[in-house]
Amino acid sequence: MGGYILKRLLSAIPVLLGITVIVFLIMAMIPGDPATAILGSYATPENVARLNRFLGLDEPLWRQYFIWLGNLLQGDFGRSFALNRPVLDEILDRFSATLILAGTAFLLCAVLGIMAGVISAAGQYGPADKAITFVVILGISVPSFFLGMMMILLFAVQLRWLPASGMYSIWGGGDLPDLIRHLTMPAIALAVVATGVVARLSRGAMLEVLRQDFIRTARAKGVHERRVIWGHALRAAMVGIIPVLGIQAGFVLSGAVYIEIVFQWPGVGRMLVDAILRRDILLVQGGVVIIAACYVGFNIVVDVAQAWLDPRIKT
Amino acid sequence: MSLFLRLLFRNRLAGFGAVVLGVIVLLALLTPLLPLHPPNETSTANRYLRPLSDGHLLGTDHLGRDLLSRLLWGTRLSLAVGFAAALIAGLAGAAIGVMAGYFGGRTDNVTMRGIDMLMAFPYILLALAIVAVLGPGLLNALIAVAVVNIPFFARNIRGVTVGIAHREFIDAARLAGMGHARILLTEVVPNIVPVVVIAMSTTIGWMILETAGLSFLGLGSQPPQADLGSMLGEARSALITAPHTSIVPGVMILLIVMSVNLLGDGIRDALDPRLRSGALARPMAATRVDRREVPPAKGEALLDIDALETQFQVGKRVYKAVNKVSLDLKPGECLGLIGESGSGKSVTALSVMGLVASPPGVITGGAVRLDGQDLIGAPYEVLRALRGRRVAYIFQDPLSTLHPLYRIGDQLIEAIRVHEPVSQAEAHKRAVKLLEDVQIPNAAGRVSAFPHELSGGMRQRVGIAMALANDPDIIIADEPTTALDVTVQAQILALLDELRQRRGLAILFITHDFGVVGQLCDRVAVMYGGRIVETGPTRAVLDAPAHPYTRRLIACVPELGAGRRILAAIPGLPPAVDQLPEGCAFAPRCDKAQASCKTGEIDLTGTTRKVRCLFPEVAP
Repeated sequence: MGGYILKRLLSAIPVLLGITVIVFLIMAMIPGDPATAILGSYATPENVARLNRFLGLDEPLWRQYFIWLGNLLQGDFGRSFALNRPVLDEILDRFSATLILAGTAFLLCAVLGIMAGVISAAGQYGPADKAITFVVILGISVPSFFLGMMMILLFAVQLRWLPASGMYSIWGGGDLPDLIRHLTMPAIALAVVATGVVARLSRGAMLEVLRQDFIRTARAKGVHERRVIWGHALRAAMVGIIPVLGIQAGFVLSGAVYIEIVFQWPGVGRMLVDAILRRDILLVQGGVVIIAACYVGFNIVVDVAQAWLDPRIKT
Repeated sequence: MSLFLRLLFRNRLAGFGAVVLGVIVLLALLTPLLPLHPPNETSTANRYLRPLSDGHLLGTDHLGRDLLSRLLWGTRLSLAVGFAAALIAGLAGAAIGVMAGYFGGRTDNVTMRGIDMLMAFPYILLALAIVAVLGPGLLNALIAVAVVNIPFFARNIRGVTVGIAHREFIDAARLAGMGHARILLTEVVPNIVPVVVIAMSTTIGWMILETAGLSFLGLGSQPPQADLGSMLGEARSALITAPHTSIVPGVMILLIVMSVNLLGDGIRDALDPRLRSGALARPMAATRVDRREVPPAKGEALLDIDALETQFQVGKRVYKAVNKVSLDLKPGECLGLIGESGSGKSVTALSVMGLVASPPGVITGGAVRLDGQDLIGAPYEVLRALRGRRVAYIFQDPLSTLHPLYRIGDQLIEAIRVHEPVSQAEAHKRAVKLLEDVQIPNAAGRVSAFPHELSGGMRQRVGIAMALANDPDIIIADEPTTALDVTVQAQILALLDELRQRRGLAILFITHDFGVVGQLCDRVAVMYGGRIVETGPTRAVLDAPAHPYTRRLIACVPELGAGRRILAAIPGLPPAVDQLPEGCAFAPRCDKAQASCKTGEIDLTGTTRKVRCLFPEVAP
């Protein structure tokens, strides 16, 4: 197992390099001149040229890439010109907020989605299945930002149960209960779509598994139906569900953009959108690389979990 | 096509989706003709009018613009962008997928590496990055959404194309001298169109959502032009003071995406042949029972199957898989149940403990008595407590019947512990002992092996050990040796026979092989078309078969050292049990059939030997 994890980690290196190439190329395609963007349109040509040289933009593209990559590997993501601070500091400051939000949403979507899918499949075409299917269709069709806004209207404005925005209260607060109160609505709003997707695919995977011969064997042994469903069938279905969870982890992490804006959550997503609107290229580059690297990490976790779960996979 | 539409509308939700989407699309198409305010006409005096106010059905927004008008124009825009993005992504993805799949080799490798790399990005992030390059704007958002969805299509289509590219008709076209372009257009593309349609119909909802999302962030449509997403984005600042400005566009997005999703699901289901046949139904914990009368108890056999009727009900069709079958089994006895595939022998065996997959299986009549207790219609908990403890099963293919992800030891331990509250350690000891009993070498080590690590014969021994776990009275063995090669088969049979002698087991042995019956069974019952056609002591039946079908079946068995006998296959096919002929089901394949064989009900007659035939080979 340890060897397999190592092998999987090593195989992630070319993917990560590929990601940096794609991000770099996308950003290099931006029309216009970053130096002009920084200095404004009244800058003199000499100043623009000097800044270009200072930023290394007069080098050929491939050299720019390797310089950028080299800095990246040393933890230097460059400097955000709009915020005038190192990109990495800015990202790290905000990343924990995003991780708390996305991590909670992911847990919600994994647990609730799988449970709903299993209950749905076990009672196929029954009342529970119909109710879950209906809720799931609603869930995967609602834009998360609209759902978030409606939740604010209902739970923050009308009922006054939960705070409408931010991560901590300004006065007092700052402790865990305060965080949970602020986290509840954004996490649920972010989790809804992913939960629907997980529920849907879990139901399908369970239906496939429940028709297998080994389920009949378990029943013939006298295993209780509850254990047949939640043990034998779910264990086998997990092999198909886990890759979906990996995809949803990435979805939740990047889908946090909308929720962070609606609930004014101080995360990376909001920072990215602002950076895009301000054309703060190094900040966008850094944010995208880091989120994509996380996503690659999720995929490794998925593969390792898969290998741990299914002994037939050669490790 | 009409079948497709019928299936689509049988799905009520899909029909609902189609109607809602139809209305929305119609409204969007008619928008320029409707008597609406101009969507961008501002009126500062009329800011934030509530819905149902004079002249403004849905109220006005922060600039006093008519919301209904803006909603319809925005819907038009959102729909157009969503469909366009789906079309672009679908076509580009299909083109890439077809090329990669058809040409294979290096083209395939390079393309798919690139696709994998793109898929390493969460797509919202990639869309953001693309918009960052192109700059905000609706067209740029459309391009971004289309591009991030290309990998999904390319992957799907490539998979399908690879399947097609190696088929015979492609080779034939190539040999006929057709060029690549022509083969692609005339042979490959028509075959992948349904896949593209399904993929588009299931993703178009996503694309509408994604474009709305980009617009919501201010990266899509720019003012004063507004799609539904940017309407929501602009309304957000007035969420609390004028919630209707947010609710109106939000509900519209929800309605559009939901109806597209419902319709997409409906299209996918209608095109999926497995759903048509009901093959995706999951079997319930016990077979459904729907029987009108219960035959009176009689006899004192250990297991008494009495006039059992089991059917498969698929739509309007009824397959009478088991048709009034009666069998009995005494302690320590081995009864062989023999017949071709489809004769109903396995269904008979599975009916005993309610293990016939249901839906579509239904037990519609008869009784199965274990020591006088009727198991048909018994409460689930009663049935479960008897399964494995008094009546155990051995199934045909031990690779698919053992759980692939559990160690065989754990599967044995579970079999013991569901019926007996012994400790884990005690159960483990007994599991090792069971493996030794079925002559598995190195049982203590093998106990922690997974099924895929064992050979077929070893796996079947595990299956037998599992059946023996609770010292049952009856073992029902459903073709336990069919999947094994001949030498292993002989070992397994010898093992079963020895266990029977030693433990006094009664065995119901199901097979299609008279050779196996001859070795193991005291009595034999022959099944054809869901009925017993002959039964009697094995020796007597083998020596002098009474039913013409039995005679033909015995003639099929090759005998060692009797190489000059002609192996006679039985011409024709067994009958389909949803349309059984009147009279004898074997009559159409029987060389002795008379006109009288094809009318009326033919009874099973005789005493120790019974036969269902008007012109038996020997008097029973």
